[in-house]
Amino acid sequence: MTATSVPVEGSAPQSNYLNVSHTVRSWLLTVDHKRIAILYLFGITFFFALGGIFATLMRLELSTPGPWFVESDTYNRMFSLHGIIMVFFFLVPSIPATLGNFLLPIMIGAKDLAFPKINLLSWYIYMVGGLFTVIAAALGGVDTGWTFYTPFSSTYANSNVMWAALGVFISGFSSILTGLNFLVTIHKMRAPGMTWFRMPLFVWAHYATSIIMLLGTPVVAITILLVAVERGLGIGIFDPKLGGDPVLFQHLFWFYSHPAVYIMLLPGMGVISEIISCFSRKPVFGYKFIAFSSLAIAVVGFLVWGHHMFTSSQSVYAGMAFSLLTMVVAVPSAIKVFNWIATMFQGSIEISAPMLYALGFIGLFLVGGLTGVFLGTLGLDLHVHDTYFVVAHFHFVMVGATLMAYLGGLHFWWPKITGRMYPMSTARFSAGLIYVGFFLAFLPQFVLGYLGMPRRYHIYPEEFQFLHVLSTAGASILGVGYVLPVLYFIWSLRYAARAAPNPWRAAGFEWEIQSPPTQFNFEGVPVMDHEPYNYENELFSEPIEHQVARTGDVRSV
Amino acid sequence: MNPAPLLPQTASVFAAEYEQLFWFFMISCGLAAVITFMVGAYFVVRYRRGTGNYVKPNGHDHTWLEVAWSMPVLFVVTILFVWGARLFVNAYVQPDTATEIFVTGKQWMWKIQHPNGKREINELHVPINTQIKLTMTSEDVIHSFFIPAFRLKRDVLPGRYTQMWFEATKEGEFHLFCAEYCGTEHSRMVGRVVVMGEGDYQEWISRGEEIISMEEQGERLFERHACGSCHNDSKNARGPSLAGIYDRTRLLRGGHRVRGDANYIRESVLRPNAKVVAGYDAVMPTYQGQIDEEGLNQLVAYLRSLDRSPAEQALLEPDQPKPQGERLR
Repeated sequence: MTATSVPVEGSAPQSNYLNVSHTVRSWLLTVDHKRIAILYLFGITFFFALGGIFATLMRLELSTPGPWFVESDTYNRMFSLHGIIMVFFFLVPSIPATLGNFLLPIMIGAKDLAFPKINLLSWYIYMVGGLFTVIAAALGGVDTGWTFYTPFSSTYANSNVMWAALGVFISGFSSILTGLNFLVTIHKMRAPGMTWFRMPLFVWAHYATSIIMLLGTPVVAITILLVAVERGLGIGIFDPKLGGDPVLFQHLFWFYSHPAVYIMLLPGMGVISEIISCFSRKPVFGYKFIAFSSLAIAVVGFLVWGHHMFTSSQSVYAGMAFSLLTMVVAVPSAIKVFNWIATMFQGSIEISAPMLYALGFIGLFLVGGLTGVFLGTLGLDLHVHDTYFVVAHFHFVMVGATLMAYLGGLHFWWPKITGRMYPMSTARFSAGLIYVGFFLAFLPQFVLGYLGMPRRYHIYPEEFQFLHVLSTAGASILGVGYVLPVLYFIWSLRYAARAAPNPWRAAGFEWEIQSPPTQFNFEGVPVMDHEPYNYENELFSEPIEHQVARTGDVRSV
Repeated sequence: MNPAPLLPQTASVFAAEYEQLFWFFMISCGLAAVITFMVGAYFVVRYRRGTGNYVKPNGHDHTWLEVAWSMPVLFVVTILFVWGARLFVNAYVQPDTATEIFVTGKQWMWKIQHPNGKREINELHVPINTQIKLTMTSEDVIHSFFIPAFRLKRDVLPGRYTQMWFEATKEGEFHLFCAEYCGTEHSRMVGRVVVMGEGDYQEWISRGEEIISMEEQGERLFERHACGSCHNDSKNARGPSLAGIYDRTRLLRGGHRVRGDANYIRESVLRPNAKVVAGYDAVMPTYQGQIDEEGLNQLVAYLRSLDRSPAEQALLEPDQPKPQGERLR
C-alpha cells in the first residue's frame, strides 16, 4: 500500500471540474466532456454489474450437466441478457465513452469536444437505450441471444424481443453521435503544433474507432428495424415462410457486429500504447505503424463479416474471400503486439498496476488473436464454429483484452480523473487475480469447444462437467478480481493520497495540467512543440517518486 | 465426474485430414505465441527498473524491422488460408457417388429418412467406409447439424437445402448436436450417430415393417398431386419433362441457366414462377402448404431417380456420369 503510506502533501487544487459546482442539475445538464465521462462511468459500471450477475448465474448453473436451479428458458434468457448488456451497453461504449470522452480533447489540447451538447445527448440516448433493455429484462427477459438470429427472433421467439431490440436500436445512436463528435474534434480542434503524427496513439485508436462507429452502427440499426418490422407487422424479410431470407439477416448483422469487435478492441489498443510507453520510459516503437495498423484494422474489418457464416450456406467462394481477408487482419494485429514488446526493449520497466494490466492485455490478446486466426481458417472453423471454442476466443479478445485495457486505463488515469491515488499493492494483487481467474475460466472452454461442446447449451453431456467446473472456479476468482477495484476506487476518493499533476512522469498534455483538471482543461492554448512520447527529455529522466502532490508541478500553458 | 480426454475422437476421413491442419496450426502458431511471450517476459525481467540496463531512446523508426517481422506472420497465415480452403472444399463439395440421406430439423428434434424409406429420430445410422451425403432442411428456425467426431457441421436452414458429406472410419456411437441456437430446448436437440459395419448396417436398414423407399413415396406424391398431367413427355405438355432433371443444366426464360439440384426442385414446387424453363408459361400453382418438408424430400429423391429419356440421353453430352451403386436397397 505504497500510495496510502505516503503522507498527503499539498491540497486539492482550488478549482477543478469536480468542485466547480455541486448540484445534481449541474451534473445532469453538464456539457463538460469530463463530467459526461463520469456520467458514462456510472452507467457503464451499472451495466457491467448487471451483465456480470447474469454471467455468474450462468456459470453456477453450468457446474452441473443437468438443470440445476433454473429451467432452460431461464438459462436462455440469462445468456441473452448477458450478451446484449455486455456487448451493447458495456463493451462498445466502455473505453471511448469514459476514457475517450475524458482524455481525447485534453490529449489534443482542446477545451472540450466539438459538440458538447451532442455529447450530453449521446449519454441520455445511451441511458434510454439501457432503460429499454432493463425493461425487457424486468418483463421476463429475451431469449434470442445477443445475435438476434432470424427467423427465430422475428417469428418464433415469444419473449420481449421488441423491448430489447429497441434498446439496442436506440443506444446505437449514442455510438454514432460519439463517433461523429470524436472525428470532428480530432480534425478541427487540435492545438497548434499537434500535427497528425504528434497525436497520442490513444487518439489515433479513437479516430479509427469513430470511423467504424459512424459507418457501421447505422447498419445494425436498420437490421434491427427490419426484424421489428417482420415481427410486429408480419412483413416478410427474413422468414422464408413469409418469402424472406434468413441468411440475409446474418450478412447485415455481422456487417456491423464484426467491425463492432474492433470498436471494442481498438480503443483498448490505444490505452495499451500509452501505458507501455510510460512505464518503459520509451517512446512507442513504430509509432506510425501502430497508428496505421489501427486504420488498417478499421478498414479491412469492414470486409470480413462473412467469416461468421462459413457454415451458414454462404457459397464456398464467398467463404474463401472472407477467410483471406480475415487473414489479412492478422498482420496489423501482429504488428501492434511486436511494437509494444519492442517498446520495452532497453527500457526502464516499472511493474505498476496499469503496466500489469497492459502486459496482461498483450498476453490475452495473443491467445485471443491467434485463436481468431484458427477460426478464420476455413476448414478449421467447421468443427469449432458455434462451440465453446468461439466463446473462449471472443472472451479472450473482448473481456481479456478490452476489459484489461479498460481497467489498465482506469488505473493509469484515475489520478488525473479523480485527483486521488489508490492502494498500489492491492491494485497489483487484483490485476494478478484477474489474470489467473481469467485463464482458469476460459482456457478450459477452448478444450470444451474442441471436444465439441456447443455454445448456448443449458444441459450438456456428463463428460464435459470437469472442464465446466474448472471454468466456473476461474470465473469466481475473476469475479473477486473485478469487485476489488470497485471497492478500492471508491475508498480512494476519500482516503487515498492526493495525486500530483503527473504522478507517473508521463508524457502528454493531460499530464501537464492539474489533477483533476480545471473546467476548461487549459488556461490558455497549449502548444505541442515536440514529438509525442518524448521520454528522452530530461523532464522524464528523474526517478519516479509518484503519488505525492507537489506545488509548482503544473506547467503553465 | 469423469474428466473428458483433451481431444475428441477422430472418426471420419475428413476428421483425419482436419487433425493434420489442426496440429500444423498448434505447432506454428503455438511456437509464435511462445516466442513472443518469452521475448516479452525476457524484456520485462532484463529491463525492469533498477537493473541499470536502460538505454536512452534515440527516436528512430525501423521500417525494415517492421517489414521483417510481418513476413513470417504473412507466410503462416497464407499457408493456413490455402490449406484451410482445401479442407473446406473437401467438406462441402459432395462427391456424386455418395448415398443421400435426408435430414429435417425442427424445434427440437432431428428427423432422418434413409433412401429405402426407413425413418429415425435423433439418431443417424450409417455404414462404415461409405460416402454419405446429408441433404438437410428445417421446418422452422435455423439449426445446425454437428458431429464433433467427424469435425463437421453445417447450418440447417428453413426454406432451402444445405448439404454436407462424410465417410466414417470408426464403428461406434458419436455425439450429434444442434449447434445453432434454436430456442427453449436447443440443448436437448441432441442425438447420436451410430457407425456400423456393412453387415450390421444392412440388417439394421432392412429391419422394420412396410418400408417404402423414399423414391416410391415421392412417386406416390407425384401421382397424388397429378404432377404428370403437365410434366410429361408429350409434345404439347404444359410443363417441361422432369426426366433427367437432376444434375442437368436447363435454359430459363430470360436466358439464365440453372442446374437441376435439390434446391431447384424444392423452389420450383413451392415458388413455381421463380425460375420458369424457356418455352413454357408460368402457369404452375404453388404447392406451399400442401406438401410438407418430408414430402419435398421424397419428391426430390423420386425426381433424382428419373433417368433421362434414351433419346435425350443420346443428344446431350452428360454433365456428370450417372452415379453408380448409390442405391441401398
